[in-house]
Amino acid sequence: MFPSKTQKPLVEVRGLSVDMPLAGGKDGLRIVDNIDFSIAVGERVALVGESGSGKSVTARAVMRLDPVARLSGKIDFEGRDLLTLSEKEMRHYRGSSIAMVFQDPMSFLDPLMTIGDQVAETLRIRGIGRVEARKRALSVLDELGVDRAAERLGSYPHEFSGGMRQRVVLAMALVGEPKLLIADEPTTALDVRVQDQVLDLLDDVSTRRGLAVLFITHDLGVVAGFAERVMVMYSGRIVEDGDVHAVFKDPKHPYTRGLIRAVPRIDQDLEELYAIPGAPPAPMARPAGCPFNPRCSDAFDRCRAELPAVLPVTGERVACHLHDRKGA
Amino acid sequence: MLLTVDRINKSYSSFPNPPVQVLHDVSFSLAPGQALGLVGESGSGKSTIAKCLMALAAPESGSILYDGMDVSKARGAELLRFRREVQMVFQDPYGSLNPRMSVEELIGEGLLVHKLEPTAARRRERVAEIMRTVGLNPDDMVRFPRSFSGGQRQRIAIARALVIGPRILVCDEPVAALDVSVQAQVINLLRDMQRKLGLAIVFIAHDLAVVRHLCDSIVVLHKGRVVEAGPRADIFERPREAYTQALLAAVPVPDPEIGRARRERRHVLT
Repeated sequence: MFPSKTQKPLVEVRGLSVDMPLAGGKDGLRIVDNIDFSIAVGERVALVGESGSGKSVTARAVMRLDPVARLSGKIDFEGRDLLTLSEKEMRHYRGSSIAMVFQDPMSFLDPLMTIGDQVAETLRIRGIGRVEARKRALSVLDELGVDRAAERLGSYPHEFSGGMRQRVVLAMALVGEPKLLIADEPTTALDVRVQDQVLDLLDDVSTRRGLAVLFITHDLGVVAGFAERVMVMYSGRIVEDGDVHAVFKDPKHPYTRGLIRAVPRIDQDLEELYAIPGAPPAPMARPAGCPFNPRCSDAFDRCRAELPAVLPVTGERVACHLHDRKGA
Repeated sequence: MLLTVDRINKSYSSFPNPPVQVLHDVSFSLAPGQALGLVGESGSGKSTIAKCLMALAAPESGSILYDGMDVSKARGAELLRFRREVQMVFQDPYGSLNPRMSVEELIGEGLLVHKLEPTAARRRERVAEIMRTVGLNPDDMVRFPRSFSGGQRQRIAIARALVIGPRILVCDEPVAALDVSVQAQVINLLRDMQRKLGLAIVFIAHDLAVVRHLCDSIVVLHKGRVVEAGPRADIFERPREAYTQALLAAVPVPDPEIGRARRERRHVLT
């Protein structure tokens, strides 16, 4: 279905770490710890994790959105390392090469600006004329299924429903024709029926435009229906990365396995839900060894002492000593 | 029936516009020890129903009968009994626990208010006992909410509600703010409590999959009206109403084969 997948990646992240400074000027807190991943042209990748796992920080790092965050490693985008660009050069990438949508459309939209002006703004900033920008804004809103888009260019965000607002936000992101869309929990605040529509829409747009999507979510149901590949994050690291069918069918990391089993399913009756004991560690209190070891029923001595490396396991990448018994 | 909600109507004023009616003739009932799920999207009236059930808002017409008393007319000792026997757990365990009270004070507050245990020593014993029941370590009672994770906070909130021996627990989206791996712990706990203590639960949620795991019977709400109500198997396996069917069909399933097949089908339709 996607023959272009074998090409070289659109984005290649190598050894990315993100440290957030702490009050008092001490060493920063490591939120994202030495992660590698890549995204091919047109590929839909889900980044899954629980709160505090570092998934949003990773996404924001690709856009360099947090001015105080200390980033290290490499983020290659079409052959240029985004981390070496000046802020001015970076601004050129945001919106036109990489765009982002967030969870809550209402806090993202300016309540005092019309929809038409907000969608056209990205283009206006790039020096595109008023008439042309408006024309393109209209065509994107049309593409995203906003009814009577021409009449609604003059409407304000409060006149739109939640699902329509999220379409407007998507239009703002897509009007600059980016190659990568980073979507941070874009459907979490929506009702299920609306979520379903927005996901269908994203699916269509991504296929039609050959748009790569990095979809950040905690909802494994959404991942299963949307993504081609899934990366699971735990405590600042990617612990499993593989084809979505393979990961759901045969998860290699005990955390992924637990997570999938813990999701209540609409199509099954179970006597007792599986629960992973404990809670994810705070970034300042990560255990020694594998960060998942205190919650893992398969943990052995090595897990408590040594951080597992991310290794290839039957077409996937997994960070778990269980799959590296001979190892070290 | 332990609780009977009979054709309640409720509107909110939105001056200068005409009042908005948010509940239209809503009726359902709850038997002792039963777990009832109220499901619906935002704007369906679920939280307004919770407010009415807790006697925090009075319906304009219709009645809520609890164990023979009319809840909106109850006063004095009768209202106090109602307040003790019907307890609530809220969605956000970060906002619902006073950060300046220790766990012991938080959980023991109900015992104090309802004068159930006269001495501090006995109160402490009761707090320790309920903490063990909900899976918390009684040694932690001197600590404050900030040192607990979301799931543990929700256990504190549940302990706080259960310590005075209620007969009904009204839970408004109690796991919506929790991570997946922790959500299952809280759902299992509520289920254990229902069975062990013979507790009736009104479980309000937008997540139908969660409701399926906890509730014996389901009420589906849409725009303030009951669309469909029935036992779990009927609602999930044989939904009659188009709205219920659409709602169920939109719930994502954590299985790529099913998700893909569903999307393909929709593409054919559109």
